[in-house]
Amino acid sequence: MQVHQQVSEYSDAIDLMVNMGPQHPSTHGVFRLVIWVDGERIVKVEPHIGYLHRGSEKICESEQYSQIVTLFDRLDYVGNLNNELAFCLAVEKLTETVVPERAEYIRVILCELNRIASHMLFYGVYGLDAGATTPMLYGFRERERIQELFESVTGARMMHNYIRIGGVKEDVPDDFDENVLVLLEHLKKGIDECDRLLSQNEMFLARTKGVGIITGEDALDYGVTGPALRASGVIEDVRVTDPYSIYSRFDFGIPVGSNGDCWDRYYVRVEEMRESIKIVEQAISDIPNGDISAKVRRIIRPPVGEVFVRTESPRGDLGVFLVSDGSDKPYRVKVRPPSFANLQALEYMLKDTYIADAVLVLGSIDIIMGEVDR
Amino acid sequence: MPMRESSNISSKREIKAPVVREYLDQRGENLHKILKESISDFPGAEISISIDMVTVKIDSVRLAEVCEFLKYTEKFRFDYLSCITVVDYEKDQERFEMIYHLISIRLRHKMAIKVSLPSNDPTVPSVLSVWKSADWFEREAHDLFGIKFEGRENLPPLLLYEGFEGYPGRKSYPFHDYGEW
Amino acid sequence: MEVDENANIHIPKYDGFPPTEKPLGDGYKAGKGNNPADSVFNRVLPNALTAKSDQLFALARKSSLWTLSFGLACCAIEMISAHASHHDLDRFGVVTWPSPRQADVMIVAGTVVKKMADPIKLLYEQMPDPKWVIAMGSCATNGGPYYKSYSVVMGVDHLIPVDVYVPGCPPRPEALIYGVMQLQEKIKNDANQPFEKESLNANEGEQ
Repeated sequence: MQVHQQVSEYSDAIDLMVNMGPQHPSTHGVFRLVIWVDGERIVKVEPHIGYLHRGSEKICESEQYSQIVTLFDRLDYVGNLNNELAFCLAVEKLTETVVPERAEYIRVILCELNRIASHMLFYGVYGLDAGATTPMLYGFRERERIQELFESVTGARMMHNYIRIGGVKEDVPDDFDENVLVLLEHLKKGIDECDRLLSQNEMFLARTKGVGIITGEDALDYGVTGPALRASGVIEDVRVTDPYSIYSRFDFGIPVGSNGDCWDRYYVRVEEMRESIKIVEQAISDIPNGDISAKVRRIIRPPVGEVFVRTESPRGDLGVFLVSDGSDKPYRVKVRPPSFANLQALEYMLKDTYIADAVLVLGSIDIIMGEVDR
Repeated sequence: MPMRESSNISSKREIKAPVVREYLDQRGENLHKILKESISDFPGAEISISIDMVTVKIDSVRLAEVCEFLKYTEKFRFDYLSCITVVDYEKDQERFEMIYHLISIRLRHKMAIKVSLPSNDPTVPSVLSVWKSADWFEREAHDLFGIKFEGRENLPPLLLYEGFEGYPGRKSYPFHDYGEW
Repeated sequence: MEVDENANIHIPKYDGFPPTEKPLGDGYKAGKGNNPADSVFNRVLPNALTAKSDQLFALARKSSLWTLSFGLACCAIEMISAHASHHDLDRFGVVTWPSPRQADVMIVAGTVVKKMADPIKLLYEQMPDPKWVIAMGSCATNGGPYYKSYSVVMGVDHLIPVDVYVPGCPPRPEALIYGVMQLQEKIKNDANQPFEKESLNANEGEQ
C-alpha cells in the first residue's frame, strides 16, 4: 500500500512547464509561449516564433516594385493600408515622386479608417481574452461597417492593393463623401457604446489594472513603440514627431497613459480611435479635386541608393528599408515590424505575475504574427 | 501578354541609374555638424548622407564602443534602436553590410551606422548590452545570414525550424522552383 | 419536413383508425421487390418516421459541426468575421472550439509553414473520428502567393487529407459559409458509405 508523501511547506519549489502551444485560442496567431510556473507564479518565459515565417523579404527581391505592394498587404494583415503606404512612401522618397493632393487625402482617410478597424479588432479580441464574449460582436459590427466602405472604394474587404506607387489605384466613387460622414456618425456611437460596455467594468478593471507594468525607460530600451509605449508615459507618435504624407496639416491629440499596465494599453487604443475620427473629419472636409496618381512608369526603376522610412501603423513604428540597384527589382527590402520588438518586452512584462495574467498581457501588446515572422 | 524575365531587358540596355540626391532637414544638419566634430575620436569613421539619413561607417571592432558613446552622450542620446538590417553584396571582402538605424526620441533626430563584414566568418560584437531591442534582430540576422555575434550565446533558431540547412537570406540561396514539397 | 426522393425514408400513409387488417408477412412474399414490410409502427404508432440510421447520423453531424479554432494567418481574420456578428456561422450550428478532442472540422485558414507542419499533423491525429478538413484560402490550397518561398508547404493537402477547398485570398466570409454548406452536402451524400479513415501513410492511398 502506497502512502502519498506529504509535500512539506518548506520543500523546494517545483517548476512546472506549461506550453501555450502554437494552437491556442488566445495566442493571436501562431505563437508558442513556454512558461515555467511555480505554483501560480511565473518563473521564466520563453517565446518561440517562426511558425508563420513565409520568407516575404526574400520573395520581394524577385518581384517588381508594383508587385511587392500585394506582399506588404499580407504582413500586418489587419492594418493592410498602412503597410502599403509605408512601402509606397519608401519608393516615392527614393524616386522623388510628388504625390498629388487628392491622392494624399484619400490615403490618409483610408489609413485612419483602417486604424479604427484594427483597434476594433483588438477591442473585440481583448474582451474575448478577458472572458467577455459580447465585446467581440460589438467590435466586429463596427469593423464590418468599415469593411463595407473599403469594399465600395477598393473592391476588397481585406487585401486592398489600392495604395500604389505615385498615388492610389483609382478614384473614389461619387457617394464617397456622404458614405464617410454617415460611417463616422455610426462609429462615434459605436465607440462610445464599446467604451461603456467594457472599460469601466469592475471585473475587467480587476484583471487588467496593475498587471504587466513596464516603465517608459525600459519600454524604449526594448524597442517598444506605438500604443504600448504611449501607455507607459512616453509621448512619441511618428505622425507628429517625424511627420510623413500630410499628417502635419491635421490637428489631433496623442493619448498617453501613466501607469504602463494592461488597462492603459487598452484605453490608449480606445482614445486613439476617437482621435482618428477627428483626422478623418478634417480630411473629408478639405479634400480637393484633382489627379489621383502621379505619372509613374509601369516598370519603376528607382535610382541607386537606399532609404529608410518610418510610419505609424496601428501597432507601432513600422519601418521599411529599401536598397535599390537601379533595376526594376529591389536589391533588399527589410521591414521593421512593430510587433517584433513589442513581443521582446513580453518576458519583462511577465515577471512576477500569475499565469492567469499571461493571456491578458500578451493580448494587450496587440501582436500580429504575420509581421513578427514575415 | 506574359511578363518576360526582366534580366533580359536589363542586360540589353544600359542602366543609366542616377544616384539619389541628399537633402537633410534642419535637425539632420545639426546632427551632421555635431557628428563631424565628435566622431574624429573614433579612427576609421566616415560620415556620409543618404537622402535624409546621416550615415557613419565604422570598423566592426569598435561597434559596441561607438554605440555606447552615442547612447549616453548628452548631445546625441540615441536611446532607441529601430532596426538591424543585413545586406548581402556579393563581393569577397566586405560582403555583408550591417546597418543599425538609431533614433533619438528625446532629441528627435535619427542616424544610421554601417559596418562591413567579410565573407568568411562574419563576426561582429553584439550591442545587446547597449539596447535590449537588439536581441531578436541579432538572432534573426544569425538565422538568415549566418552572422556571428561576440559577447552573447547563440540561441536556437528564431524564425527557421531547428535543423534548417543554409542561410536563406543570402543571395546564393535559391528560390523555390515551383514543384511539390 | 423535407422529403428527399433519394432517401429511403418511409412515411407511412395514415389509413385511418383502426388500421386495416393485413396479416403480417405480406411484404416478405417473393416478387414484392424491396418494399419494406408493414412495420409495427404502422399499426401502433402511425405517425412515426423511419429512416436509415446513417442518414440520421449524417443529419445530426452536419447540423452541428464544431470547428477547431485554427487560424494561422490573414484568412483567420475572415474566419473570425464569419463567426461574428454580420455573417453568423452559429445559425448553422457551427461553433468554434479550442480543444481538438471535441472538434469535428479543422478549418486550416492561412499559410502552412514547414515549422508548423508537425503541430498540424499532431492536431489532426488528436481529433476523433468522424472528422473533416476545410482548406481555406489559396495558401492552404496550394501555397498561394508564396510559391517562391523556401519555407512554405505548398498546400495543406501534403500533410492531411482535405475535404473542401475554399479559394480566395482571403475568401469572403460568404465563401467560407458556402464551403461549410458544401461540406454539409458531402456529409449527407457520404452517409450511405461507412466512414472510412483515409490513410495518412504516403505509400498507401491515392497519389
